[in-house]
This record gives sequence, C-alpha cells and structure tokens, in this order.
Amino acid sequence: MKTQTGTSRRDFLKIAGTTAGGLVIGFNWFSCDSPKMEVLSTEQILAQAKSFNSFLSISPTGDVVIFSPNPELGQNIKTSFPMVVAEELEADWEKVRVVQANLDPEKYERQLTGGSGAMPHSWERLRKAGATAKFVLVAAAAQTWKVPASEITVSKGMISHEGSGKKGHFGEFVAVATTLTAPEEVTLKDKKNFTIIGTPVKNVDAKDMYTGKPMYGLDFQREGMQYAMIQRAPFGMKLVSVDDSAARAVAGVTNVVTFGSSVAVVGTSTWPLLKAKKLLKVNYEPDGVVESSTDHDRLFTELMAKGKAEVKRKDGDVASAFKSAAKVVTAEYQCPFLAHSPMEPENFFAHVQGDKVELVGPTQTPDRARQETATLLGIPPENVSVAITRLGGGFGRRLRADYVVEAVEVSRAIQAPVKVTWSREDELTGGAYRPAVRYRFEAALDATGNLIGYKLRGVGMNAGNTTRETNFPTGAVDHVLIETIEHASSITTNAWRAPITNFLAYAEQSFLDEVALAAGKDPVDLRLELLNRAKTKPIGELGYDVDRMLGVVNMAKEKSNWGKNPAVKQGFSVYFSHKSYVAQVANIEMEAGKPTLKKITAVTDCGLVVNPTGANHQVRGGIVDGMGHAMYTNMTFEAGVPKQRNFDTYRLIRLKEVPEIETHFVDSGFDPTGLGEPALPPTGGAIANAIFAATGRRLRSQPFIEQKEFSDIQLQIKRG
Amino acid sequence: MANFTLKVNGTTHQVEVEDDTPLLWVLRDHLNLVGTKFSCGIAQCGACTVHVNGNATFSCVTPVSSIGNSEVTTIEGLSKDGDHPVQKAWDEVDVAQCGYCQAGQIMNAAAFLEQNPSPTLEEIDNAMNRNICRCGTYHKIREAVALAAKSN
Repeated sequence: MKTQTGTSRRDFLKIAGTTAGGLVIGFNWFSCDSPKMEVLSTEQILAQAKSFNSFLSISPTGDVVIFSPNPELGQNIKTSFPMVVAEELEADWEKVRVVQANLDPEKYERQLTGGSGAMPHSWERLRKAGATAKFVLVAAAAQTWKVPASEITVSKGMISHEGSGKKGHFGEFVAVATTLTAPEEVTLKDKKNFTIIGTPVKNVDAKDMYTGKPMYGLDFQREGMQYAMIQRAPFGMKLVSVDDSAARAVAGVTNVVTFGSSVAVVGTSTWPLLKAKKLLKVNYEPDGVVESSTDHDRLFTELMAKGKAEVKRKDGDVASAFKSAAKVVTAEYQCPFLAHSPMEPENFFAHVQGDKVELVGPTQTPDRARQETATLLGIPPENVSVAITRLGGGFGRRLRADYVVEAVEVSRAIQAPVKVTWSREDELTGGAYRPAVRYRFEAALDATGNLIGYKLRGVGMNAGNTTRETNFPTGAVDHVLIETIEHASSITTNAWRAPITNFLAYAEQSFLDEVALAAGKDPVDLRLELLNRAKTKPIGELGYDVDRMLGVVNMAKEKSNWGKNPAVKQGFSVYFSHKSYVAQVANIEMEAGKPTLKKITAVTDCGLVVNPTGANHQVRGGIVDGMGHAMYTNMTFEAGVPKQRNFDTYRLIRLKEVPEIETHFVDSGFDPTGLGEPALPPTGGAIANAIFAATGRRLRSQPFIEQKEFSDIQLQIKRG
Repeated sequence: MANFTLKVNGTTHQVEVEDDTPLLWVLRDHLNLVGTKFSCGIAQCGACTVHVNGNATFSCVTPVSSIGNSEVTTIEGLSKDGDHPVQKAWDEVDVAQCGYCQAGQIMNAAAFLEQNPSPTLEEIDNAMNRNICRCGTYHKIREAVALAAKSN
C-alpha cells in the first residue's frame, strides 16, 4: 500500500533534537533482569535522541521513544497508538518507551479524547510516522553500507543486508537518517504481516500503576503549591453573601477567595479544606428557575404532549400509515440525569504568572483548557502551557474545562501556584450531567405484522438533539417521523460516555422487542427482516452500514445459541455508534426459582483490532458501565440540589453484580474504528429484553431497581 | 496540631497535623506517598485502601491519632521491586484501564490472600466487592486474585 505522507505538515514537523551522546549501552526495565545493570531513564534516552517526526525519536542506543498525544483515561490509547507507530517502524517493542506528549497544536491534530475518535483519526498518520522513519533509516544504512536500499530488511529494530552480511540496530543510523528528507510517498505494511498490531501488548503504564508512582493529576505537587477546594452554587442559584469566619479559623486554611458564585478555601494541605468548606455560610438567591425532579417529570409530560418539536427526519406519509395500520404499539421510556463519577475526582494545577499560565492535570481536551484560560485572562493562547497527566477516568466529564478555569481563577486571586481538588460530593453535585430524557415510540404494523410506520419523539433536559435520526431502524421503514424537544434546564449537562445513545439504544432496542411481540415475530428475525429491507430497498439516508450490522447480528445469534435452549431466556440488542457495531445477548436462567442473569455475549465489529487486550477491556468495561447505570444509578434533585451526594446513595455497580461476559470480534477487513463507547449502548436493552423474556416484566425506566415492575422479580446475578 | 510518629513502609516518620486528619491525607499531602488514592472519602469505594498491621483499611476514614504504633503499609511499600505476587498477577493479567482504583484493589487483595491463601471464587468475590472500579475491570480483578492465590 502506497500512501502520501504530505497530508499533514504537523505530524512531520521535526522537533529540535540534541546531538548524539556517544556509546551508552542502555537496558530498559522490560528486559532488565538484574538491578546492577545500567537502566537508562526515558529522560536520559531523550537527551541523546533525535527526532524523526512529531511521534518518534530514536537514540544512538537504539532506544525508541514514541510520543502519544491523546489523553489516556483508560481507553488504552497510550499503548495502542505507539503499537501502530512501532509496527510500521519495525521496532523492537522491548526497546520502546512511551511518553505522554504535552499539548502542542503545532505538532498534533485532534489532541483530545472523546467520541471514540482517536484511532480512526490517527490510524494512517501513525502508520506513516513509523513508515517514513523506517524509510530514512534504511536509506541511511544503504548509504553507509553502499548497498541498494531495496535489498535491506528491517526486523525488531535491526537493519540487515543479507548479501553483505551487514547488520546494525536503529541507533547506529540515527545521525545519518535524520539528515535525510522524509519521502513524499511511503509503502505501508500489508496487514497480514503485522507482528505487533493484533497482539495482546500490555499496558505501558502497568508497572507505575501497580507500584503507586505519581502519575495522575491529583498526584501532582509543586514546591510552594497551595491547595484549594471550592463551594459552588446550587443549580439556578447565585451567591448573595458569604460568612467565611469559621472557615478561616481552621488551622491550615490560609485564605478564602470568592469569584462569581464560587467560594474557594485555600490552604497548605487538603484535610483542613474539607473541614473548612463545611463551615462556610453562603447565602444564595434564585438566578432563574430552580428545579426539582418533580418539575422534570411534569415537564416531560407537558412537553411530550404539546412541546415545540424540531423535526429531525420525515420519510413517506406517517399519518396515513398509522391510519391504515392493523395494530399500533406505543411506549414511553425515561432515564435520569447521571454524573460521570470518574474514580479520580476533578482536579487541576494552575500557576498564573503575569500573562503566562502553566496548567497540569487530567483533561480530555487540553486545547479547550488552554483556550478558555486564555479567554478568561485575555492573553494569547500560546502563553498557556498544558501538561497532560494520566486521567483516573473521564467518561466525558473532562471534556469540559470548567474545573481548569476555576484553578486559574484561584491562582490569579492568590498569586501562587495552586491545585484545586474536588471532593466526591463536589463531583456528584457539580453538574455537567448526562441529561435526563423521555422518549415516546409509536409503531404501525400492517395485517401481516410488517412495520410500516415508526415515530420517535424525544424530550430532553439540555440534551440537544435527543435522537439519532439516521440510525437503525430508519432506512428500513417506509414512513418515519423523528422529532426532538428541548427544555432549557438550569441543571447543567454534558457529553457522557456514548452521548444520547447511552440511553436511546436501550429505549429503541427495548421498543423493537415490544414491536416483535406485537407482530408475533422472533426479536432477532424482526431485526434481520428490517436490515434486509434496508439493504435491498433503503428509505432515505442510512447512517449505518447494513452489512456490518448484519454481520454482528448473525454472529451474535450463532455464538449465543439464540433461541436453542428453552431453559435459557434471552434478550437481544444491537447498536451502531461511534463507527462501530455491537450486538449483545443476555442470558437469564431460573436458579432456585429466581431469574438469574448469568451471561452476556457480545459481538463487535470495530474493524481491525489493534490490541486484543484493550479491545476486550473496552467491550467488557462498556457492558459493565451500561449495565450498572441501567440497573442501579439515579440522580434526583430538590430545589436545584442533587440528593445523591456520594457513593453511599449514588450507587455504582460492584464486582459481585457482573455476569460472565463473552466477547467476539468480527474480522470485517475495515480499518480500526472507535471502541471507547460503542459497547455500552446495547447493554441495557439486552438485559431488559432478557428480563421480559424471563418474567414478562417490561422495564421502561432506569434505574431498574427503583421500578415497580422490578421490585418483586428477585433478579440474581451470578457468574459461572 | 499534634506530633505523630508513624511507621510507614518500615520507616519512621514524624508529622505535625490535627489529630482528626485521616491517614490518607497524611500519606498524600505530608509524606508524599500519593499511590494511595482519594476518591469517595467515606469508606465506600476502597481506592484509599492501605494495610494497618496487615489488615486492609480505608485510610480515608482512619484518623492519624488512631494509628499509634501500628505498622502502615502502602502500595509503595508492598514490595521492594513491585514483585509482590499480587502485583505480578495484576501485571500478568493486565488488569487496569484507567488504573486509578488499582492500588486500592491490590492492597485489598494482598491483605485478603495473606489471611486466606487458597480462596474459592466466591470468597474472592466477597473480598473484592468492597472496592469499586468505575472502568469495570471486575472480571480481570477476579482473574488476577485467583492467579495470585495459585502462584503463592
């Protein structure tokens, strides 16, 4: 495969490399079996390394440093990105060090984590970065040995010429290679020759994580740094006055500063701040509408009935289809607000010095942190540096920069470096939630059970478009109407892992089960019938690839032994989001007279699997996440204040509550697509459909444990 | 403020803090041992788990004044070279996603296996149920604890 390298100047911008430091023999800790051997630190390697491009430096010792630009929050990008570069470079993975790159828009495009988009965006760029470096290394060897480059082979960091018997490692050719010009065109490897991609490469940060090395934002410390925690206003309220005398009296508190409606307590360590914050006496007054959950329920009903709807899709003549229908199925589904609750609460380090700012911390969008800081202070963005730490989870929360800008505010006010830390209560009550949404589905069936009309109306609380109007089953139905209605709530919302689809998929896949029941069809057969219709006679715009969806449906049917064992009650679900396709089957069996969720089978088409370990992690983790929030988690409000303030009442799924998860991947031949999100959306539907199959109870609202229909079924969860 | 002498990872430390200061914040803010994590602060998630005289303990709700002469072990002191059987099993199974909860998971697992070297899967589930992993690495945690038990 030949490919142009000139697509992005940024990726190939060379950084200043220092000159070679001579013959230092390095052993990295992967291969080091004796503590007496000299182990070069990554810094020592970098000090002598030369830069080949934005992603890659190689030292004369043959050690390879690969820079991973995108924030790592558990999606394993810090391992999988370098794997792709190393593959095309033909590097020895044991000689690769990975460094998290700081924000640098000059060198990197799309330096963010969100939308499951990093790998699809960067796949070819990373390959070219490795391939062009290999090209110039080979050219340098050819020049040195005076042999044709075409006769040279490269494997595991060694460059060889069979004819002359010459052989040398990358490091020996770094000096010459970096004087050569990278080619306009390079040949990328045939996928069947991959030796690193497709293998279970271990997490590059494993050792540091398992020995407690500082690596997360909350671990960052700086000489002279102050600590701060912030009291924020309830939703729809603003600050009137604050009495901070009791807070200031706490030993270890050095200052209390107010900005906007926020009050920051500042001190020399964290514990005094946790105490002092509780002693603040802050008066608030309404600033707009103060909402409670009872208001949201009323608004859902009112707006669903007569809200101002925006039409997102209209195919055919829905009114006529419903008029002529032999049967109409209608159902409403609803989900609550949810917090992101990453295990590492929000935090950020900021140091404002004149018109320059240093930022360090966990962010999914370092450039947004930079831009919002620059805007706040009225300084050029390039005066703001952002160092990206490892993130203790994100789930979309750290796409926002609100908690970064707060740290900047505090640093400016106290004129000192500061780390702002959120408590768990701050995190759960601090907003930027997954929006609450209610959907109404209506299906028109003809006399033979064909789905002839489909209506979807979503009402969202700050949800934006609550629908995905080009997703299945659109394209398979002649008459379609899809509408969305927005309520501008004072409760703040934000993207949450698989935005919108994290609940829409559940609602839609449950409703399709209701349609299948009404039509007297097997739920999988109904989906296959619709997909075949979309394939042979698509209606309007199709947002998904029918064959790829059919691929996962058929494989899931086979792998789960769908419908083969009457003692196993099964629920099916399939969804396409973030460019990937996932089908899931949940199995419930009766044990000691109780329905017992035992297994979820997941079939994924995410194109080529870069790292099977990481891919399995994302599928299983997405399922556990989807299941946990469908089953257990609720967030409700009283007068603008969330009632669930910590993990005692905001219930997250635990180890004993997960069933066996069996994963399969379809080899579809496509380039890798996203996998941080796509496994989550189908899960709730698969479980709810299995619960219906086993008990006859249809769960139309989340979380399940708070629904009347769920209260007496005594669902157990067990692994084999 | 009061002076406390603490035995942490085999070393004696002096700190001057309020006596209600949780061990977690003494470790993190005063002794620069940040491997022990803050997450919920109310003994619900287990991210802050350390050993006090070998027992898995939520350091976020353990006042420094209650430690006395007890031996405290944190993730940094679990082994000299990161080669405790539980750490090795975690590496072998490649457990972590974001990794933030894993130090607490490892400390809980290590204390558990010390007391129950040959647990059943059910016993593993019961022991590890007190630690939350928001990424959902539960299958791998279970697998790693079982592996560590086997290799011990």
